[in-house]
Amino acid sequence: MIQPKNTVLHSSHIDLGAKMVNFAQWEMPITYSSLMEEHHAVRKTAGIFDVSHMAVFDFNGGDQIGFFEKIFANDIKKIANENKALYGVLLNEDGGILDDLIIYHANNRFRLVSNCSTREQNFDWYKKHAVDFGVEVVERKDMGILAIQGPAAMKKILAMNEISPLVENLEPFGCMFAGEHLYARTGYTGEDGLELIVTNDVIVSLWEKALAKGCTPIGLGARDTLRLEAGLNLYGNDMTINNHPYESNLAWTIDMKDEARNFIGKNALLKVDREVSQKIIGVLLKDRGVLRPGYEIIHEQGKGIILSGTYSPTLEASIGLARVDQGHGDKGQVMIRNKALNIEFVSPRFLRQGKM
Amino acid sequence: MNDIPGDLKFLSSHEWVRVEPDGSVTIGISDHAQDLLGDIVFVELPDIGQSIDAETDAAIVESVKAASDVYSPISGEVTEVNSILEDQPEIINSSPYEDGWFFKMAPSDLGEIEDLLSPEDYSEVCED
Repeated sequence: MIQPKNTVLHSSHIDLGAKMVNFAQWEMPITYSSLMEEHHAVRKTAGIFDVSHMAVFDFNGGDQIGFFEKIFANDIKKIANENKALYGVLLNEDGGILDDLIIYHANNRFRLVSNCSTREQNFDWYKKHAVDFGVEVVERKDMGILAIQGPAAMKKILAMNEISPLVENLEPFGCMFAGEHLYARTGYTGEDGLELIVTNDVIVSLWEKALAKGCTPIGLGARDTLRLEAGLNLYGNDMTINNHPYESNLAWTIDMKDEARNFIGKNALLKVDREVSQKIIGVLLKDRGVLRPGYEIIHEQGKGIILSGTYSPTLEASIGLARVDQGHGDKGQVMIRNKALNIEFVSPRFLRQGKM
Repeated sequence: MNDIPGDLKFLSSHEWVRVEPDGSVTIGISDHAQDLLGDIVFVELPDIGQSIDAETDAAIVESVKAASDVYSPISGEVTEVNSILEDQPEIINSSPYEDGWFFKMAPSDLGEIEDLLSPEDYSEVCED
């Protein structure tokens, strides 16, 4: 058996009484107290997440803009003159999604954060394509990531002396470097807050300060219910290398405005018939039960499958993301243990609906 | 695991059974099971009058994280279900051995109880 990897906060999680699980070969906290309490803490006040298992890459020299224009389906030129983050996908030549990721640009530097399970694959991919542009790719194993999220997150962060008060001026998706540390107004919960991409030597003290300021530690369990309520895809679950972005609710991240730009996967995407390809949609269960990955869906014009499903603590109902044939109306059915239960097709942004 | 009531018998899959003074039996899931599951949000209970064989699935319990089958420790016919759980499944988290019971049965062979785990044996299962 492969020995699981630990983040620098591993013993802090154990001391807090976290239940630990193996997640993509990292031993990570799934809950500290109760998933439900942690979820509500992020929606009502502020929570802190250790997401140091994710992969951080920096880039040196060469034509970095040319490099990202080639490997990234979103157009890096959107942020090349700004201090901002840009979400998008890495495609193979067939238009299959290799990963989703965020590229940050501030102070004339790029930094990239991608998923942990794709770390080696991506590193090889970056290096392979960076050669043509004279770019050096550096994996920052010396860095970790903390996310502080929730309506009170910025207030808690600004009370921490360790973090520059200038973060208050960051717009959504804005970011800034402070030395090697990158502060970004991004997250995976649908709430306000920051992601702090910092060197490992300051992680434990930042974590303890945030707890002292009243941030609740949040495990991977609530991280999943929070991201699903916000309608955010999880790579490996809602999309894999076998899916193209159009059938993954990610058409908005494909930028073909610059016709001269030839990114990897573009030719394959141009051949996709978007009139007939499947799509990801939000599903709300109208009957009692809980949607789970793999459950089959039927609607008037076709079929589908649940990709992510859970109980939504905010909506107090079961929600999911499904990949379905086009032509569905508002209603359909899901098969749960051989019973057909009623579902409604809705926007994946469940949270917005919950607040309506 | 010191809080396992002494009058219960267990399956290693974490269900308990209690023999009531009137000879009926009550079935639920253990404190350890509710802790493993986390916040419970849904239960599906058997039908009254349904016959259930020992160690076959009788109910479903789902937490935010996962769905799990609940097996009946012994055979019998369902006489009563704890329907309050359908609206308030979280009672299983707060009171797994009392208010959070799942269903009651008229046992077909009370002798089956002898094959089940004592609280001491069950607590060893939980420590493994």
